[in-house]
Amino acid sequence: MADISSSGGPSMARSQSQTTKLALRIILYLALCIFALFYLMPLFVMITTSLKSLDEIRTGDLMSLPRDVTFDAWRSAWSEACTGIQCEGVRPFFWNSVLIAIPGVLISTLLGALNGYVVAQWRFKGANIFFALMLFGCFIPFQVVLLPMARMLGVMGIAGTIPGLVFVHVIYGLGFTTLFFRNYYVSIPDELTKAAKVDGAGFFRIFWSIFLPLSLPIIVVTVIWQFTQIWNDFLFGVSFSQAGTQPVTVALNNIVNSTTGVKEYNVDMAAAIIAALPTLFVYVVAGKYFIRGLTAGSVKG
Amino acid sequence: MSPILDVKNLYKNYGATAVLHDINVSIEEGDFLVLVGPSGCGKSTLLNCIAGLEPISGGDLFIGGQNMTNVSPKDRDIAMVFQSYALYPTMTVAKNITFGMKVRGVDPATQEAKLKHVAAQLQIEQLLHRKPGQLSGGQRQRVAMGRALVRDPKLFLFDEPLSNLDAKLRVEMRTEIKALHQKLGASMVYVTHDQIEAMTLATKIVVMKGGVIQQIGSPAEIYNRPANLFVADFMGSPAMNLIPAKARRNGNGTKIEIARKDGEPIVLTDTRNTDLPEDVIMGVRPEDIADPARLTSEHAQIAECLIEIVEPAGADTYAVMQLGGKHVTARLHAETSAKAGAQQSLAFDLGKVSYFEPETGQRLN
Amino acid sequence: MSKWLQDNMPKIVLAPSFIAVMIFVYGFIGWTAWVSLTRSRLMPRYELDSFIQYERLAASPRFETAMVNLFIFGSLFIIIAMVLGLLLAILLDQKIRTEGAIRTIYLYPMALSMIVTGTAWKWILNPGLGLEAMVRGWGFEEFRFDWLVDPDMAIYTIVIAAIWQSSGFVMALFLAGLRSVDGEIIKAAQVDGIPHWRVYTAIIIPSMAPIFLSAFIVLAHLAIKSFDLVIALTGGGPGYATDLPATYMYAMAFSRGDIGQAASSAMVMMLVVFAIVVPYLYSELRTKDG
Repeated sequence: MADISSSGGPSMARSQSQTTKLALRIILYLALCIFALFYLMPLFVMITTSLKSLDEIRTGDLMSLPRDVTFDAWRSAWSEACTGIQCEGVRPFFWNSVLIAIPGVLISTLLGALNGYVVAQWRFKGANIFFALMLFGCFIPFQVVLLPMARMLGVMGIAGTIPGLVFVHVIYGLGFTTLFFRNYYVSIPDELTKAAKVDGAGFFRIFWSIFLPLSLPIIVVTVIWQFTQIWNDFLFGVSFSQAGTQPVTVALNNIVNSTTGVKEYNVDMAAAIIAALPTLFVYVVAGKYFIRGLTAGSVKG
Repeated sequence: MSPILDVKNLYKNYGATAVLHDINVSIEEGDFLVLVGPSGCGKSTLLNCIAGLEPISGGDLFIGGQNMTNVSPKDRDIAMVFQSYALYPTMTVAKNITFGMKVRGVDPATQEAKLKHVAAQLQIEQLLHRKPGQLSGGQRQRVAMGRALVRDPKLFLFDEPLSNLDAKLRVEMRTEIKALHQKLGASMVYVTHDQIEAMTLATKIVVMKGGVIQQIGSPAEIYNRPANLFVADFMGSPAMNLIPAKARRNGNGTKIEIARKDGEPIVLTDTRNTDLPEDVIMGVRPEDIADPARLTSEHAQIAECLIEIVEPAGADTYAVMQLGGKHVTARLHAETSAKAGAQQSLAFDLGKVSYFEPETGQRLN
Repeated sequence: MSKWLQDNMPKIVLAPSFIAVMIFVYGFIGWTAWVSLTRSRLMPRYELDSFIQYERLAASPRFETAMVNLFIFGSLFIIIAMVLGLLLAILLDQKIRTEGAIRTIYLYPMALSMIVTGTAWKWILNPGLGLEAMVRGWGFEEFRFDWLVDPDMAIYTIVIAAIWQSSGFVMALFLAGLRSVDGEIIKAAQVDGIPHWRVYTAIIIPSMAPIFLSAFIVLAHLAIKSFDLVIALTGGGPGYATDLPATYMYAMAFSRGDIGQAASSAMVMMLVVFAIVVPYLYSELRTKDG
């Protein structure tokens, strides 16, 4: 505030800078709102479109609110829309995704917790090499394993099945789940393990009684991460499933890109929202952990 | 009776780097052994080896007469207190203390009785239902002690247990550990980098550096007769003055010449050591350079010195001068007449002087 | 439990994952690499035949389009997402009262499947009934926005949708970075009378270099793997105007029955990823061990 006296008295300068400040604040909030509209617009369009009739879509414009709200498109998307030759909506595929995601998330999280526990707390020769190999695996483009995996699933007799997809998701999710738990456990002093060893506890006892009770935050992060990954997956789903076992993302794409009949945009949008609901729900309920997983998966990886 | 802990020719390597080199230590029942040294000297590694938390690369380790070299920590009949206390964060204080017994399958009634006993002993009864996160540093320290005490082991191991406490609490807990040791008559191995802790607690001190034992002895032996320059410098505060000097045989004694910044060298006569080489390092504790009136040893010798700095410290006043090219500290009484920049006559107690060989650093007398 | 079992339990626990990674990651990369050096078509063949598949890739106009598209899409996507993400992070860093809500809005697209994103934007950008029709409806009869069906412009629709999906995430990364800058340095700068915007350009942003690197790596990785978005938004069309290596690989593997081409294009993708990621991973692991 050294230059105040030179600009015509302190009070005047203050009120001037106060006005500039206010103007800047208004511009700032305006900019933030415009960006918010940009991010919200597609969701808004999806929802309104899904509530319109096809006639209204053809005559009205993209952003208008529905004149007559109708849930026909939702009903159709859920249980009638055609995915290729089948016309049962996304419902069976939604359940497929559930059946793939739940065991996939549980198994990969459990294995990741054990791996992370070993790598962080039971360092032995080669444990770091193992970790580096796993970390590397997080980054490969999955195209490079698609062909041999298709053959391998055939050899194992689980090609085109839901267990087959669970297996694939567990294998390629391990890198990240191990990374999450390793980075979490590595910050826990190894004196804890030593104290428990002196107390007579063994490998699993220490994991079960001491580390697992400490792990709730990282379990939530990992479960959310894996759930989002598996639920939103398309590449594995489209490559390794067959008619009855496709996940919901594949079904959605089939509905949208099916060339038969009239293009029902409202049904497309309803189906897209249905496919997005579980992960959106998780995001709204546990956004903090969702973001933590994203940043941990990228900054640390 | 066999020693309670006997370490024989112990080696420990990490890959190609040797961390511990030919360690031999043994203690009797009731001993309080302190492993002391600067950080990275291998003292904590040695403790971990004794606990069985680190495999050893060579040698043998006996606890209570039994060879424990390849025995897992839980079967060594030991208990350990860690620097970070290592309390299990999700368990209450009571569960922390009884976890070991629970793992071992001790019946609940015994667990309860022992918990009560230990809690009373350490005055932590009111904390039993809290979690470690709700405790202060001192309280955590007590709980960690309780977890060890409840085991009633042959040997207690402490890994820098006081280093996370603030200065005042540290002194209190130090006294408490000493009292506990005297009351229980237990055998203890205690690691610290704090030489005052070592002096006050130990019945036996092991000074280590670079994975090699420098000296083993009672606190008095270590303090009064350090085995080499490292021990001399490391133990004691303020540190022992280590003054380069020339020794010349002279009749039935030795003349010790110490150079001064300006003027003639100081010459002192040592009548007890007649066998010194020409170049020596003379080690004098600060309290062995004092006001002539207060130092009444028969080996006292008086010399004039130029005082450079005077540092009053309450009970004592430290005077710093330059002798043999080194800063030398004398411990004078509080009301000394010494002034910075003035000459002062000081008495050197040659009865307590140590001599070291400058090249090897080994003790000569 | 015997002592041997106890001592080796960590290794036993790690073994299944280790074996899985060795087979399903490294073994499979090896298999793909091998097959990419053969004359495999509908079925894999294992006699090595030099670089014939890579020569075919180099001669294929469709793969050339895919690589050019990857370059256009990748660079635009990375640059715009980073600039936008940084801008949003700085705007949000000005003690905004509703920060939590705004952050939630900016970031939610990241929770969606690329298929959902593609479906939504396909509808919005569709010229007949989407944005173009809407603006014409407002009276601008000449307005044209038909990139989705224009082979020269379609790739940019993918850029738009990808930025919409990922820029909020970049914002979150940068915001965390802005917040992690030592508060005392900023206070010192304020005491020195350095203007607010200069604190950003001179102190905060330069100290976030590692975050820029992370964001770059993540975005580059996303760009190279982009597959779902293209499938849902343009299906690679019009024609193969919006093909990326990922969609090329998929088409060769599962609709054209050309395993050799699929394998070699997958290898090219992996090499591109590794060229970006390996130096980064190497430095990360080194600093972690040290």
